[in-house]
Amino acid sequence: MTTSQPVVGTPDGKTRRDFLSVATAALGAVGAAATVWPLIDQMNPSADVLALSSTEVDISAIPAGQAITVVWRGQPVFVRHRTEKEIKEAQDVKVAALRDPQTDASRVLKPEWLIVVGVCTHLGCVPLGQKPGEKRGDYDGWYCPCHGSEYDTSGRIRQGPAPANLAVPPYSFLDDSHIRIG
Amino acid sequence: MATSSFQPKNKLVKWFDQQLPIISLLHGAVGPGYPCPKNLNYWWNFGSLAGFFLGVQILTGIVLAMHYVPQQDLAFDSVEHIMRDVNYGWLLRYMHANGASMFFLVVYIHIFRGLYYGSYKHPREVLWFLGLIIYLLMMATGFMGYVLPWGQMSYWAAKVITNLFSSIDLVIPGVGTTIVQWLWGGFSVGEPTLNRFFALHYLLPFVIAAVVVLHIWALHIQGSNNPLGIDVKGPQDQIPFHPYYTAKDALGLGIAMILFAVLVFYAPNFLGHTDNYIKANPLQTPPEIVPEWYYLPFYAILRSIPNKLIGVIALFTSILILFAMPWLDRSKVRSARFRPVFKVFFWIWVVDVLVLGHIGSQPTDKILFSAGSFSVNYVLFGQVFTFYYFLHFFVIVPLVGIFEKPKPLPESISKAVLKTGGAAAIVALMLLPMVGGSHQAYAAEGTPVPPKQHWSFQGPFGKYDRAAVQRGFQVYKEVCHTCHSLNYFAFRNLTQIGFSEAQAKAVAGEFMVQDGPDDNGDMYMRPGRLADHMPPPFPNDKAAKASNGGALPPDLSDIIKAREYHADYVYAILTHFGEEPPKDMKIQPGLNYNPYFPGGQIAMPPPLQPELVEYADGTSATLDQEAHDVATFLTWVSEPKLEARHALGFRVMAFLIVFTVLLYFTNKRLWARIKKQQ
Repeated sequence: MTTSQPVVGTPDGKTRRDFLSVATAALGAVGAAATVWPLIDQMNPSADVLALSSTEVDISAIPAGQAITVVWRGQPVFVRHRTEKEIKEAQDVKVAALRDPQTDASRVLKPEWLIVVGVCTHLGCVPLGQKPGEKRGDYDGWYCPCHGSEYDTSGRIRQGPAPANLAVPPYSFLDDSHIRIG
Repeated sequence: MATSSFQPKNKLVKWFDQQLPIISLLHGAVGPGYPCPKNLNYWWNFGSLAGFFLGVQILTGIVLAMHYVPQQDLAFDSVEHIMRDVNYGWLLRYMHANGASMFFLVVYIHIFRGLYYGSYKHPREVLWFLGLIIYLLMMATGFMGYVLPWGQMSYWAAKVITNLFSSIDLVIPGVGTTIVQWLWGGFSVGEPTLNRFFALHYLLPFVIAAVVVLHIWALHIQGSNNPLGIDVKGPQDQIPFHPYYTAKDALGLGIAMILFAVLVFYAPNFLGHTDNYIKANPLQTPPEIVPEWYYLPFYAILRSIPNKLIGVIALFTSILILFAMPWLDRSKVRSARFRPVFKVFFWIWVVDVLVLGHIGSQPTDKILFSAGSFSVNYVLFGQVFTFYYFLHFFVIVPLVGIFEKPKPLPESISKAVLKTGGAAAIVALMLLPMVGGSHQAYAAEGTPVPPKQHWSFQGPFGKYDRAAVQRGFQVYKEVCHTCHSLNYFAFRNLTQIGFSEAQAKAVAGEFMVQDGPDDNGDMYMRPGRLADHMPPPFPNDKAAKASNGGALPPDLSDIIKAREYHADYVYAILTHFGEEPPKDMKIQPGLNYNPYFPGGQIAMPPPLQPELVEYADGTSATLDQEAHDVATFLTWVSEPKLEARHALGFRVMAFLIVFTVLLYFTNKRLWARIKKQQ
């Protein structure tokens, strides 16, 4: 072990690396790396934020053809009471031709009620089309004012830069007039 | 001294360093390019340790600031949020709180080392001043940081320390008050005070870091002092900083981190004060008010002088006097090794400072000893030691410097030092302030110490007894909740103590929680959900007081951490109602005698009795059982992350011990070369 006797403080600072010092330095590096994790993980959603994940909504007062916006996890959720015409439009689309192919049936629990997260999948703006008179685009759904993405009556992307359909949040019907989102 | 010998071999490094010579700067500052005296002992470790703990404070502080809210109604809540809900929040906060203690500890040893080996003397006066400026900045930063959690101690520390400036009124009437109001931004410590303290507490560590850079710069101009205190004569006296002192510093760091980890994982509140787990109350000063341990000697000096202005002047003088050391000490010899008289007085002074620290931690009216009619209380005791503190600087140091006959100095730095015995002595010394600084000995006069009980969560491997916590929750829910809120407890937390999610949901559903406003703008009640916190029994404090004969039943979320003796205290209170009060005690109407309550008279009527609850698990509900269970439950509510802390602590300790042993051998082998050369 002690056969090498390097000159102390040679100009190039080279001393023979041996197993002991390499192991020590490696262990130190592992320890430092492990210490970084709590500093990163603290920025993830905290336990109370994760727990605030459900919202109950009374949908009995929404007439057909209108929609309300509710807040879930700090984001708008569109609850739309669709008309027969809107349902038919949504169902008659050729799914294979869509950018993000999904049938309307896979996006709703009851055809009258469309519930989607009201956040454009392009860069996160809230699309127009919730209030009567707001621009809804060529597909009768929603129109995003930021970069012109257009969604249909099933919340699917039809035109513009957004890559995916409006997300469907987890929800369930508590009874005919109440849903729980989350 | 600052000649850079850096000759990069790597082409990329060379290209970069020609344009921004930061690598050669580091090479010369803490690398092989910085020649150090061969004989630096372990006392020279504490500079780099101080730098390390400054880094710990800045890193943990930045992430805590991401969650902390500097608003007087939310500050305390946000700290509880960090402790309970933020991922690793408990670890980061305990690291920050105990990191401050470690920082001060290593800086104190660093200062003592400078005083012992004469590092303040020519040609290093500026280096010494910069160090003292760092220390003053640390005191300001530490104080403002202590205010931020907005507990009782935070609030009253802010009030008392800022009021030091009101003593200026005694010199120029009105000026002191004006300054204090300017510091507060109001007529008392409040929202503006908290906001500016937060802003400054975030800023000052970076100012400290900047002065540290100057400190190191100044160090490199004259080079390190050394245990012999004589000048370096040439290269034969020196070795490069890297790898010799990087290895030696790393070993010291390993040992310091073990101590740090013991505090963080196994005694995180040992150096704190229980009252700081009580939210700030501007209308009530805590019965015992003490600063953090690192201010205790100065606090003792302040208290021992019965005149406001002179007391404050003495306090500031006791620190600022260190700036005058290069001139107070007339001796040309630096190291106390060759100053037989100075050495003795130095150690007497160290003891004096430690005793002052102890005095500062004790109530002033406490009697030290009495013999017949003659008794000495802590005020007189403190005055003697305060007098000696100043005597040391103003009389002893100058006179010894003039009249002492030093021992002959060696010709040159001859021997490299690698004595591990020294390291052991240093570790022992590091533990000393920890022992002296704890606030354990604080029962109100005449109140007995609660007998120790056996708890499942005790010890380094302690875990909560799930069944006991669940039973305790039942006791709380059916009995205590009638009057006591539990504001930081959420129903979702029940899943951590063995309840299934469905069971926790069912429990939440038993409580009605206010929600709203609904679409009509009205608030309404609905059954609780997992995310809800336990609804309080009364809508506000006034209602709670009105229903309880004017006494406010405290919130129980932190009660175990907010009371001296913790679970033992709560258990003792619950099990000692109905005893006969002492003959000379007159129990006030509406109060009840309880020997373990400070003062002996408590507004709470006996809350528990046998068979008060019917335990779901069939355990016999004796009074003892109920008290023990509810104390276990409340400990869990106070410190829900205890099990995670113990589990992580075990792994960290195992790692640090292995790492430090490796560092020990690496260091030993590295220095064996130097020893062989002698």
